[in-house]
Amino acid sequence: MNDTVSKVVPGPGRSRYTPGVIPYAKMGYWDADYVPKDTDILALFRITPQEGVDPIEAAAAVAGESSTATWTVVWTDRLTACDSYRGRAYRVEKVPGSPDQYFAYVAYDLALFEPGSIANLTASIIGNVFGFKPLKALRLEDMRLPVAYVKTFQGPATGIVVERERLDKFGRPLLGATVKPKLGLSGKNYGRVVFEALKGGLDFVKDDENINSQPFMHWRDRFLYTMEAVNSAAAHTGEVKGHYLNVTAATMEDMYERADFARDLGSCIVMIDLVIGYTAIQSMAKWARANDMILHLHRAGHSTYTRQKSHGISFRVISKWMRLAGVDHIHAGTVVGKLEGDPATVAGFYDVLREPSSPANPARGLFFEQDWAGLRKVMPVASGGIHAGQMHQLLTYLGEDVVLQFGGGTIGHPMGIQAGATANRVALEAMVLARNEGRDIWNEGPEILAAAAKHCQPLRAALDTWKDVTYQYASTDTVDVVATATAS
Amino acid sequence: MRLTQGTFSFLPDLTDEQIRAQVQYALDQNWALGIEFTDDPHPRNTYWEMWGAPMFDLRDAAGVMQELQACRAANPGHYIRINAFDATRSFETVRLSFIVQRPAVEPGFRLQRTEDRGRMIRYTLHPYATDKPAGSRYPVQE
Repeated sequence: MNDTVSKVVPGPGRSRYTPGVIPYAKMGYWDADYVPKDTDILALFRITPQEGVDPIEAAAAVAGESSTATWTVVWTDRLTACDSYRGRAYRVEKVPGSPDQYFAYVAYDLALFEPGSIANLTASIIGNVFGFKPLKALRLEDMRLPVAYVKTFQGPATGIVVERERLDKFGRPLLGATVKPKLGLSGKNYGRVVFEALKGGLDFVKDDENINSQPFMHWRDRFLYTMEAVNSAAAHTGEVKGHYLNVTAATMEDMYERADFARDLGSCIVMIDLVIGYTAIQSMAKWARANDMILHLHRAGHSTYTRQKSHGISFRVISKWMRLAGVDHIHAGTVVGKLEGDPATVAGFYDVLREPSSPANPARGLFFEQDWAGLRKVMPVASGGIHAGQMHQLLTYLGEDVVLQFGGGTIGHPMGIQAGATANRVALEAMVLARNEGRDIWNEGPEILAAAAKHCQPLRAALDTWKDVTYQYASTDTVDVVATATAS
Repeated sequence: MRLTQGTFSFLPDLTDEQIRAQVQYALDQNWALGIEFTDDPHPRNTYWEMWGAPMFDLRDAAGVMQELQACRAANPGHYIRINAFDATRSFETVRLSFIVQRPAVEPGFRLQRTEDRGRMIRYTLHPYATDKPAGSRYPVQE
């Protein structure tokens, strides 16, 4: 166990309510003896107190400012069962290797939260407290969501199991790609990319996060041409195909209009961006459940607050909130690609999204046990700088229930988009086949790919084109055991 | 065209040895194996004919391979797939599904477009093979 910081602070007595300013720890927001109830919401914060600020007082302040406290004593507290409504910091530990940082555990009574509302949860937990002056920095690392609270949420509109059954695709990761260039294509040209990629072997193609309704391509044009491409590709292959139509827009009314049109055109999936906000996401999840649609979430914007370890919110917490909110897909890291992603940290995100329950596992950054109480599973999406030559690494790191998105790795193929898609599909199927046969794909991966390329010229070309592409940079968002270089 | 439903359709047709290895993998996961066949390749044709119930409590791939040979003999000119069912809680679904026989000639699908209101188009996929009655859709080589 880490170094636990302990201090006995006298409990609040009558003097607690004398007008004036008293330390948060003395106002009842610190209780070293508190044993969290099964129904409590638990939060783990990484706190960096200002110089001279006692870590326990800082933890108590976090508990206070994220629950009932204000900066001074108020007599109106005494009209309430205020003892039970206080957030309680109950444990403070030094962060290994970071002398100025502490882990603060805070428990919140379930009555503090409105059922089924991410907006309400976050208004408390990441509300005013993040701007609190006595702290230099504050990061929400993890949360334990009690079963009683989980059951108040719809959860994923479709979930991994039903998505696979609807798509009739089993036993392998799904394959996708994002249309490039992101911006500038007309609807007709855009649909061409979708058609080529789907006919070549991908399951899905995707709008990018900032493709909404711009002067060069209004949304209806995109939807109409894209669905022509999807249906045509299905006829050429006899497979279910899909394109994530991004319905992100300025207002809920606009988003519903676009989503309804996508449904009327026969699309099996729509897409939203994280930047639309928690309430809009929950609304779209409800819409998706009611309309038999898969809901894809692009995590646009998250790195502004998830990437730096000292301040913000860990993506594992965002993953938990999004599973509650009810999305079916979420971008959750590739480990091997161009974007941030330490292997252990990403494995923790994937556990949060896919497991029916998961034990506390500090090596993956999971501080609490989490039981999802039957809530459906979210399909993680791995996207950004990955290519066919990494298939053995992707399958090993990310497993089977994942969408692998090869954007540049499909559209940038020297023999064309269809060839790029085929290369990815052949590489994937060959790798799954070999893994199931008991081969050691981690070590034999390159040989397995080379053998598959003998009957697939597009795969040969892909392996030759991208053989040296790697992104070897140290990750910033790592678990607190050891910093790991991102594998190639 | 080549119907690319199933886990391994982009690879050359699997040999019986390769099929056996996949079946053994599924058995090792405690999945139950089922054999299904059809001559309607429409992607929304969810319920292929079952060649008997899924085989539970099997340990050796040989039993499945034997059933597969029998299914092939009885259903030439049909698609045959092997499904692996996982009864684990939170899955309770197919975990692996791959084609192990396909007709020699696959004529593919017609995409029927029906112009609708505005620029909307209604799409219907129609397998050419299903123009003929079930059982006589694909030529069988003697």
